[in-house]
Amino acid sequence: MSLSISLIVNGAAQTVALDDPRVTLLDLLRERLDLTGTKKGCDRGQCGACTVLVDGRRINSCLALAASLDGAEVLTIEGIARGDALHPVQAAFIAHDGFQCGFCTPGQIMSAIGMIVEGQAGDDPERVREGMSGNLCRCGAYAGIVAAVLEAQRTLAETERRNAA
Amino acid sequence: MNRFDYVRPASIADAIAAAAVPGSAYLAAGTNLIDLMKGGVSRPERLVDVTRLPGLDRIERLPDGSVRIGALVRNADLAHDADFARSFPAVAEALLSGASGQLRNAATVGGNLLQRTRCGYFYDVAAACNKRQPGAGCDARGGENRLHAILGWSDACIATHPSDFCVPLAALDAVVEIEGRNGRREIAVEALHRLPGDTPDQETVLEPGDLIVALRLSGKSARFADHARYLKVRERTSYAFAVVSAAAALRIENGVMQDARLALGGVAAKPWRARAAEAVLAGRIPDAAAFRDAGVAALADAKPSGDNAFKIVLAQRVIARALALAAAGTPERMPALPASPFASVAGALYNA
Repeated sequence: MSLSISLIVNGAAQTVALDDPRVTLLDLLRERLDLTGTKKGCDRGQCGACTVLVDGRRINSCLALAASLDGAEVLTIEGIARGDALHPVQAAFIAHDGFQCGFCTPGQIMSAIGMIVEGQAGDDPERVREGMSGNLCRCGAYAGIVAAVLEAQRTLAETERRNAA
Repeated sequence: MNRFDYVRPASIADAIAAAAVPGSAYLAAGTNLIDLMKGGVSRPERLVDVTRLPGLDRIERLPDGSVRIGALVRNADLAHDADFARSFPAVAEALLSGASGQLRNAATVGGNLLQRTRCGYFYDVAAACNKRQPGAGCDARGGENRLHAILGWSDACIATHPSDFCVPLAALDAVVEIEGRNGRREIAVEALHRLPGDTPDQETVLEPGDLIVALRLSGKSARFADHARYLKVRERTSYAFAVVSAAAALRIENGVMQDARLALGGVAAKPWRARAAEAVLAGRIPDAAAFRDAGVAALADAKPSGDNAFKIVLAQRVIARALALAAAGTPERMPALPASPFASVAGALYNA
């Protein structure tokens, strides 16, 4: 069985022919579109390294069948900077040492972007920790991650206020 | 993962016809099914993708005051629906205590009702499991079983149902709407899952092709909204399944519990409605003695299935705490750590 799916990935339309419906969104991104920024950690929905935004919402791409997402808009770590200008969440992770080895970082950053959009955590570090609990960091950079997310959230809110004014 | 055919029907009738063929399975978000397929635990020959079926993604208020939730509504969307969370706060709290932000954004209402046990021997295809392979035996019986069932288990199976969502649903008399080959019918959530008996492979009362299309909570159940909590003890603070959990809902008038609803999670192969405990509570003053008596009544028939006698005492304590929290009143804002027994402020007393 052959099926063809269309996705918008980081703003660009992509049509991919799948010879097998077993392909997950994660494998499609990494193996078919060469977008290897999204990481394969556990591949079972337990670690969050594969987090991407689908239609603006963070999900685990390892547990999503690509065929089922036909027509969706996907945002990965490769699509968030504006040229050389880092996304505020990326900049905050560097400023606050939100990583050590870096393997979980693309998933952490995409999860943080999704969580900020969800708007449930506010400036409460406990709510940020709870909201980010689907992303494991084996280096234990959690303190820096929480500080980075809180700062990025403030930066994004300020930018929004300035743009609205 | 085994090879399978993928079909995406456009109507409910087409979906039912496709899924009634032996070897077929419904696919919604896939957060449980794809994981099981990667491990070779589930090996469907055909996936029937229901995510594009029209009309199943709405939360509706019906004229009789009940709320109807489409089977494709995502867990996060239901939990954060302000109107729903106000009417059924224990359900919202249970949803937010389950899984992670990413999984809640994907997982659906229908899928949550039908999620499979997290018993490690069910997941390990090298282990004997009567649920996965009828007649094979049960390696959990002599294995690592401190988290297994204490109520309703059998010699054939001691697995538990992992859902948080289902626990307050069972307590609040929620009903599932099912479309099948013989039309539409309704089943109480409490009657949806089966106890294992000699056939632990038969987990629900659903027939081949049956599709859960919606879930309904009555306006009557919303009368518990002022005193409704979910409490979940886990082995880590967040992103873990329940060791034991409880949904408690009270109607308190003139200082007396007029009516009580109580259900347990993590203790049996189904969400466990504790009707004997509800009867103990009705008409009493909400105090520690009443809550303790409720715990004793709820666990009267419990027995350990392995190294898990501690769960009986733990369940009694979780019940007493959940009832105390419910009696204190539903918090205005969702706690920072939903359903957690831990305070979110260091050094603070949880109940202070």
